[in-house]
Amino acid sequence: MNAVTFYGLCGAALVGLGLYGLIVNPQPLRKILSFNLVGSGVFLLFGVVARRGAALGMGGDPVPQALVITGIVVAFSATALAVALLLRLYDASGSASLAPPQPVKPPEA
Amino acid sequence: MNMALLIDGSLVVLILAVAIWTIAVRDSFAAVVGYAIYGLMLALAWVRLAAIDAALTEAAIGGGLTGVLLIRAAVRLRPTESVVAGEMPGRFVKALAAVLAGTVSAALAVVVLSLPVPAPTLAPQVAGHIASTGLGNAVTAVLLAFRAIDTLLEAVVLIFALIAVWTLTPDNFWGGRPGPKYDTDPNGMLAYLARLLPPVGIVVAVYVLWVGADLPGGKFQAGTLLAAMWLLAIMAGLTEAPPIRRRWLRGVLVAGTVVFLAIGFAGVPLAGAFLAYPEGFAKPLIIAIEAASMLSIAFTLALLVLGPPERSEHS
Repeated sequence: MNAVTFYGLCGAALVGLGLYGLIVNPQPLRKILSFNLVGSGVFLLFGVVARRGAALGMGGDPVPQALVITGIVVAFSATALAVALLLRLYDASGSASLAPPQPVKPPEA
Repeated sequence: MNMALLIDGSLVVLILAVAIWTIAVRDSFAAVVGYAIYGLMLALAWVRLAAIDAALTEAAIGGGLTGVLLIRAAVRLRPTESVVAGEMPGRFVKALAAVLAGTVSAALAVVVLSLPVPAPTLAPQVAGHIASTGLGNAVTAVLLAFRAIDTLLEAVVLIFALIAVWTLTPDNFWGGRPGPKYDTDPNGMLAYLARLLPPVGIVVAVYVLWVGADLPGGKFQAGTLLAAMWLLAIMAGLTEAPPIRRRWLRGVLVAGTVVFLAIGFAGVPLAGAFLAYPEGFAKPLIIAIEAASMLSIAFTLALLVLGPPERSEHS
């Protein structure tokens, strides 16, 4: 077991942690945060694959490294869109809940 | 060797501890601050994995911009906190989620432990062809020469994300200014920093862009730095976010993609393929794309953080 494997296992654990938070946390903002944890875990796995591909004086395989950079930027833009949707939901409805709205009881005659 | 293993081991433990904290802590604001710290520590992990370009991007975007974005949202959503937190699922759902998450992690761990030896790598192919690009940084060569189409499409994704955010504008504010009007003490610490840091930040950003051809760096890292400087000046109340109806703003936002596409299509008659660079001109063309993209990326990222317009042009 070497250091690179450590980071691989760390990435695997992060994906699981994020998945758990995504399901269990009821607040949408926390779900967005958890989803980012899943994403960063996947990126870290990419980083491990890149590092293992080190050759010819390069510290790692540059192709997965470049993909990760693209991934981080795209993940940020998706996060920004999710946050904007959430804030709009809050502005429009005064609530940030994802629970289905309570059925309105018909007024008693 | 043992010392290095100790550093890596402690870093992994720290990263996991902060990740658990961001999931488990009650207060969303604390969770979000934890996430920004997590982004910075992850950047250290990238350094240890010899991916300096990714480390710079992670620190600037994962720790910095995402942090600002989420902290602003957490502050605004604070009134909903206690209500929604009460919707925590029951023990059964939690246990089920834990089993599912554990299974996924375990499966990934098995994959990590059984990765093929020797590891497949494209490094020799990159090393074999990098001379034709005139670049020294292999990651930049992949981003802007070997896999330039990915980078082009990514720039388009950023613009689409911004358009999607803008479509959430309330009708009466369409074309107006994003974000609130910041009334900060003009003699306060924030305003002082917002005067002191941007000149330094802009120089560093241009440097990071320029050395990106041969050393770690490039347009994403430089663009993020510029975006951060602009956001600092806006949030300190020294300048205002422009109304989104401005023609110049829209021009700047698409400039990077337009230059990229123009050079890409010019490659069809001149070099025989879309996004191919003519012999000997690869490096200057790549630097032209990077410079134009840096500005577009900086404006797009900053406006993504600010969100849809919240007030009309003159308020």
